Amino acid sequence: MSSAEHAPAGPDKRPIRLFRNLWSKIAAIPMILVSVGIFVGGTIWTIVYSFTDSGLLPRLNWVGLEQYERLWSTRRWLVSIENLAVFGIASLILTFALGFLLAALLDRKIRFEDTFRTILLYPFALSFIVTGLVWQWILNPEFGVQSIVRGLGFESFTFDPLYDSSKVMIGLLIAGLWQGTGLIMVILLAGLRGIDEDIWKASRVDGIPAWKTYVVIIIPMLKPVFITALVLVTSGIVKLYDLVVAMTSGGPGISSEVPAKFVYDTLFTRQNLGQGFAASTMMLVTVAIILIPWALLQFRGKKND
Amino acid sequence: MKLTTKLLSASAIVSATSVGAVELEVTHWWTSGGEAAAVSELAKAFNEQTDHTWVDGAIAGSGGTARPIMISRITGGDPMGATQFNHGRQAEELVEAGLMQDLTEVAEAQNWREIVKPVSLLDACTIDGRVYCAPLNIHSWQWLWLSHDAYEQAGVDVPTNWDEFVAAAPALQEQGIVPLAMGEQAWQQSGAFGVMAIALAGEEAWRAVNIDLDAEVAAGPAYQRVFEAAVAARDLAADTNVGDWNLATNMVITGQAGGQIMGDWAQGEFQVAGQVAGEDYTCLPGLGETQVLDTGGDAFYFPKNDDPEITAAQLELAALLVSPEVQVDFNLKKGSLPVRGDVDLEAANDCMRKGLDILANGNILPSGDMALTPDVQGQIEDLMAEFWSDPSYTAEDAQARYADIIASAN
Repeated sequence: MSSAEHAPAGPDKRPIRLFRNLWSKIAAIPMILVSVGIFVGGTIWTIVYSFTDSGLLPRLNWVGLEQYERLWSTRRWLVSIENLAVFGIASLILTFALGFLLAALLDRKIRFEDTFRTILLYPFALSFIVTGLVWQWILNPEFGVQSIVRGLGFESFTFDPLYDSSKVMIGLLIAGLWQGTGLIMVILLAGLRGIDEDIWKASRVDGIPAWKTYVVIIIPMLKPVFITALVLVTSGIVKLYDLVVAMTSGGPGISSEVPAKFVYDTLFTRQNLGQGFAASTMMLVTVAIILIPWALLQFRGKKND
Repeated sequence: MKLTTKLLSASAIVSATSVGAVELEVTHWWTSGGEAAAVSELAKAFNEQTDHTWVDGAIAGSGGTARPIMISRITGGDPMGATQFNHGRQAEELVEAGLMQDLTEVAEAQNWREIVKPVSLLDACTIDGRVYCAPLNIHSWQWLWLSHDAYEQAGVDVPTNWDEFVAAAPALQEQGIVPLAMGEQAWQQSGAFGVMAIALAGEEAWRAVNIDLDAEVAAGPAYQRVFEAAVAARDLAADTNVGDWNLATNMVITGQAGGQIMGDWAQGEFQVAGQVAGEDYTCLPGLGETQVLDTGGDAFYFPKNDDPEITAAQLELAALLVSPEVQVDFNLKKGSLPVRGDVDLEAANDCMRKGLDILANGNILPSGDMALTPDVQGQIEDLMAEFWSDPSYTAEDAQARYADIIASAN
């Protein structure tokens, strides 16, 4: 809120609403044009062309819902959606559980906190491509974990998730968690640092055990921080692409395909824009399903304050 | 200092060249050792025989990485001077949208219709009677590469056809040798299936499915045999644990695997390893069953340009690519076959000669790239990726889905 809104306006010199903060509005015009033109315009364009039979080049030759019918009868798309759901739910739960656990541990005023924080956050500085390549090597049965454990004498030890279509998502999940948990930890830690010391003192006076204080008092107080972290994690999940490309390129078979990879392959290597647009529109719907409740929550939160 | 001098002298040379000389940027995805050596032959010929300069625009990665970049440059209004595509339908829509230079003038002046063998390569460049690309080389998929070393260890004769290959497999497995090396990538699995289809279903059924898009034939008994053979091949390849095709070829070279189904580009790997065709390894065109080759390979397209000087240079390059000297120099380095039958490849080895003979006899088919759109090929690749990686996927299920894809193809 700016001070101008609170400035007492004389009865005869009422400023016109549109011209209030004129310069800041002018300064915002490029941003508004970009977001309306590129984001909204691009989105509408994509949705419109998802109802055409565009191939390599876009053309307005209407085919109705044909692209969507084909999409939902394509096995690779169904597998992609299922993988994303499995990866998304598991990764959400585990990122938050591990991230909060680590943040709470660091918050107990331990020694070398800075060092641990750096170590835990460090993987986040690596791109998904690097993360994927590193974990591809670690999980490779020929020279990774499996061969090391076998070298120690456990000959029958088997751990090759990337070569087993029923376990491949676990391999991706391990790499994803390794990369992403640090960030969530830091965000939650920042939230924990914002909790007033008096609350801890009060709970100690009342003799409430530390774990119960966390669950009953601290976590509800951290709601806004959790929501921010949730949005970050979920948007990262929906756009999951580079990790898969670097680790498995969708294999073995099609067992680790994800929607973003389906969209890219269909648009560019298969020269089928219509089908790719239909798939990306479905991804947009997924994101909307996640974002709209969040927006409502935020909106309602503000009203209550 | 040195660099500055070089730059100065380079710019002096550029400004000194005659009017009309242009720098022509050529994009391609030939980046491996043998491929780079081959493309430098093209650059050398272009620089020496014309006033223009070849600017090399190699795009690392495979065709799948390079093609989207090329296409977005052409559609985005930043066309290069010339660009590689595979023979077939990859650039079809670009031509239809009027983004490609018409080469009919050069083709008629040089009489391409007479000299290009097989003429189907020129047909793949021709849309509505106009020629839009210059064919450069021929690569074929239909080869089974066999390791003499592996069969010696197992104490059986080197097979001469697919049935003998399957029959010899148990002897190899007893020695711990993988009978069939198969890289776990969709394009390799799909390609191997295509080879088996031509060899085992026969040419007629293959044409019905891939060219006439007849789903009934795809669901019929001829293809049933192919899918049953593919299930058998899947079992033979079950112990392969490599991804890239050249790693699988290496298993054959070192005798860890009996054979591999792969295109004639695998030959470069045998040559680099110092192996001799007929002594260390054997190649069976058409799996030893059907002596027929598909004629994939590469062609150059020339995106339309506003500058008439660039257009003139494009036409000169197009003419040069098909000329006899360039055809010989390039294809010997690349390991591919020339697009004209009237040139002499003295240095060609045993396997290349087998290929040349089949071409000369006219036993050729269009390649999958020519017959099917990238979209349909992509769907088949998805099916094959799943089929080859999942031992519980039955031949009947795979065939039914294959027929569905063919039925919906256009």
